[in-house]
Amino acid sequence: MRLGDQVLKVRSKNAGPFWVTIDVFCGTAAAFAKLSAGLQTEAVAALYGCPLHLVKRFDIADLSVIKFSIPRPVVQGSARDRDMHGAQWGILLEEADL
Amino acid sequence: MTTRVLVPSGVLGLGFDHAALARGIAARPDIIAIDGGSTDSGPFSLGAGQSKYARAATRSEWRALMQARAEAGVPLVIGTCGTCGTDSTVDWMYGITAEIAAELGQSLKIARLYCSQSPISVIAALGMGQIAPLTPAPPISAEVLGQMTHIVALAGAEQVQAALATGADIILCGRTTDTAIIAALPLLRGDHAGGAWHGAKIAECGALCSTNPTSGVIMVDFDAAGFSVEPMALDAACTPHSVSAHMLYENADPFILHEPGGHLDVRGASYLALDARRVRVEGSIWQPAPYTVKLEGARIAGYQTTILATLRAPHYVAHAKDWVARLTDFLHADIARKMALPAESYQLEFRLIGVDATLGAMENRSADPVEVGVLGLVTAQTQAIAAEIGKLINPWVLHFPLTASEELPTFAFPYSPATTDRGPLYEFALNHVLHLADPMSAFRLVVSEVTA
Repeated sequence: MRLGDQVLKVRSKNAGPFWVTIDVFCGTAAAFAKLSAGLQTEAVAALYGCPLHLVKRFDIADLSVIKFSIPRPVVQGSARDRDMHGAQWGILLEEADL
Repeated sequence: MTTRVLVPSGVLGLGFDHAALARGIAARPDIIAIDGGSTDSGPFSLGAGQSKYARAATRSEWRALMQARAEAGVPLVIGTCGTCGTDSTVDWMYGITAEIAAELGQSLKIARLYCSQSPISVIAALGMGQIAPLTPAPPISAEVLGQMTHIVALAGAEQVQAALATGADIILCGRTTDTAIIAALPLLRGDHAGGAWHGAKIAECGALCSTNPTSGVIMVDFDAAGFSVEPMALDAACTPHSVSAHMLYENADPFILHEPGGHLDVRGASYLALDARRVRVEGSIWQPAPYTVKLEGARIAGYQTTILATLRAPHYVAHAKDWVARLTDFLHADIARKMALPAESYQLEFRLIGVDATLGAMENRSADPVEVGVLGLVTAQTQAIAAEIGKLINPWVLHFPLTASEELPTFAFPYSPATTDRGPLYEFALNHVLHLADPMSAFRLVVSEVTA
């Protein structure tokens, strides 16, 4: 099942020019518990082609949110950048069947 | 002592609810603070030293805030004037302010906090070991620093406090951290330091921490134990969830926020609903550290010319990736032949809109689009070279056949000329901090008066 079908929403955005951060709003404590246990950081790293040790992960039970922060492979706005605000990155995770 | 800070919106230029602002003024704030910038739109603003917002939009909103300030009789402070907070955008904002003051008949004391850094001083600091990289940081050297069109240091609470100490009515800051303009006065008056920075972070995007983000106006009450936050629009509410969730926004780490002179740690913070619209926060901690300010810098990475074509013929749509790979190889050879340019001296890249233009190599879906947009990006050392490459590739982008055996196709160009010269391409080239023995040593304060 797509991750997006199990949660309220997935949002991504730059966190400064050198990072993108992806917030998974699980919506309920039950969805959070399931995803927090089931969603592998390795799978997210692979999805974004990012070395595992550079992925920051925060499981925030109070908000039912799982947050991933990834250093940008290309700096915001440099010649190879395709998404100035990093706001489309979350779609990959939303569509992923992990 | 409690300190009441009114934040009219997340950024000047995006608008706010005027009725909510009037409610905020009626509640007698001690200061009005608004942000004027961000790196969010990319490196152009800093690279060029220009605001990304229209002067007319900035002027119209600033006029309303100057009127509100006169009514409240308290200081009005703006952080990161003109998107990037260079000296040039502080002066731009000063021009607008003086113009409105004359129009409204206001006599004002105006403080300008300048944050631009000369490459020479930053190169000297690098030589003395006063610059440290953050993660990830682009490599820097005296040569790279010398190429920067603009470098700014992000001022913190101390520099804004120095401006407040001048007794200015209006404070126009160059680059500041988003939070510094809000935290400065509560910290100056001895309110809880963790609460001051945390409340500032919650309010820095205006009503984004509420249930009605576009209403803009937020009031924060700081005190000895923490802060309380309330939206000024009647149809907006702050809830423990809307407030605590704001720590996620544009933050790589939702619990730790680095600022000049230390960091905020909100892991122990509690969020309590005071009623249906107000939230009380306590328990955040400020951890002092050696005094550093973050540096931002941009340099010219090249000059660009772009070209856009669309493919509608099904044969080409289906084979767009093959086509563009063959086209690119052909063009590199043609450019080498006709312009004697080695491929390393310029960049030529085609992005297929409808295929993978947004995510590139990360894209894992494919479909059968009706049409495909072909966006060609040429980046070269001068605009003249980029434009010449653009002209050279133009007929091939229009007519290149998929295989040698087929008739010459003609694709769609949306306009004439098909190429667009975009000027300089700037890039962010600093993610570093500068150590300062005296917080003001990298900043300049200028105070002047305008009389009606």
